[in-house]
Amino acid sequence: MNQRITTTVLQRLGHWALGRLQRLGRGNLFLLHVVPGLPGLLARPGLMVQQTFAIGVLSLPIVVVAGLFVGMVLALQLYNTMVDFGAEQSLGPVVALSLVRELGPVVTALLFAGRAGSALAAEIGLMKATEQLSSMEMMAVDPLRRVVAPRLAGGILSLPLLSAIFSAVGISGGFLVATGLLGVDSNAYWSQMRANVDLFDDVANGVIKSVVFGVVVTWIAVFEGYDAAPTSEGVARATTRTVVNSSLAVLGLDFILTALMFGDNT
Amino acid sequence: MRQSRALEIWVGAFVAAGLAALLMLAMKVSNITSYVQGGGYRVSAAFENIGGLTVRAPVRIAGVRIGRVSDIRYDGESFQAIVTMRIDDQYDYLPADTSASILTDGLLGENYIGLEPGGAEESLKDGDRIEITQSAMVLEKLIGQFLFGRSKGSGD
Repeated sequence: MNQRITTTVLQRLGHWALGRLQRLGRGNLFLLHVVPGLPGLLARPGLMVQQTFAIGVLSLPIVVVAGLFVGMVLALQLYNTMVDFGAEQSLGPVVALSLVRELGPVVTALLFAGRAGSALAAEIGLMKATEQLSSMEMMAVDPLRRVVAPRLAGGILSLPLLSAIFSAVGISGGFLVATGLLGVDSNAYWSQMRANVDLFDDVANGVIKSVVFGVVVTWIAVFEGYDAAPTSEGVARATTRTVVNSSLAVLGLDFILTALMFGDNT
Repeated sequence: MRQSRALEIWVGAFVAAGLAALLMLAMKVSNITSYVQGGGYRVSAAFENIGGLTVRAPVRIAGVRIGRVSDIRYDGESFQAIVTMRIDDQYDYLPADTSASILTDGLLGENYIGLEPGGAEESLKDGDRIEITQSAMVLEKLIGQFLFGRSKGSGD
């Protein structure tokens, strides 16, 4: 009896693990099939323009507003702590470093997963549920090239730009609060920032992070949509899974990338 | 056609805004000037101990930043650290017997090189060596000296 329960538990565990591995494998094969379609986009830039509009431009308002408020709150919170040490001159570099290195790429990627990733998954999932994808195949149009590749390219292009905008707006928001509300010297804010933020170590690494996040979030979104069960429930589940999985992937990857980029700074 | 034109304008504006943001991060936020500005002239100095000095640490005279440390090497023959610093062109009149010491900005701040001008007529040129140097203060050594001095003093 006892043995039976143990084997059942083990079987469930094995089933679950194999299912996960299978999905991971399917996701990788999917990406492998989409990537050869990317160069073909250069011949049809219209498709990519359309997707960049839907993914990037429509995400701008939330990214700008979030960036502004994150920067302002950061300045406000840090000031309260730093003024105790007489270090309010360092407000500029601390705000800039935390935005450029961490918050810019990560928060933008999370917002992007919620705003654009879910929409992508739902759109492709619905296309599949209403058999638009299979009718494309009937007409000898490869849906991976026609539907998935432009969305992937649009996402990869959009996220780094969005996260640069997020950081720039955040730093300006921090500047407004620091000089307008808290009375930090505006010259000290910028000059200390320039003395402490490195073009390659900080800014370029932040951009690399956001490119990686762009690939991962868009990849998960289009894969979940493409892999969704062709029912309304399947689409709903794909949308949820996109947001959850890509957020977790962003946070996990962020730790690894940070450890690789900034871990050995001595 | 009209719609796709509007779409393209929006995307163009988005890409331009993104690039402008990147440009702002590069120009206004980060230290791109220290990479671009290749000018200035180099002087080196040998120190017994550089403490926590790092590349790109400031070089100051009378508290004003006039350059940066560009290179730190260990010279196996003299057992000393050779520090090369790049000094901006506009500060081209430094007396040849200027002395260099490694100082700390405040109690916990970063290390920097402080220059003390001498009285010589000729000035330092590109590639010159600053002869009079003072090493970084290593706290442990200082405490050791203090304790040693005290015990010797009380023994007398």
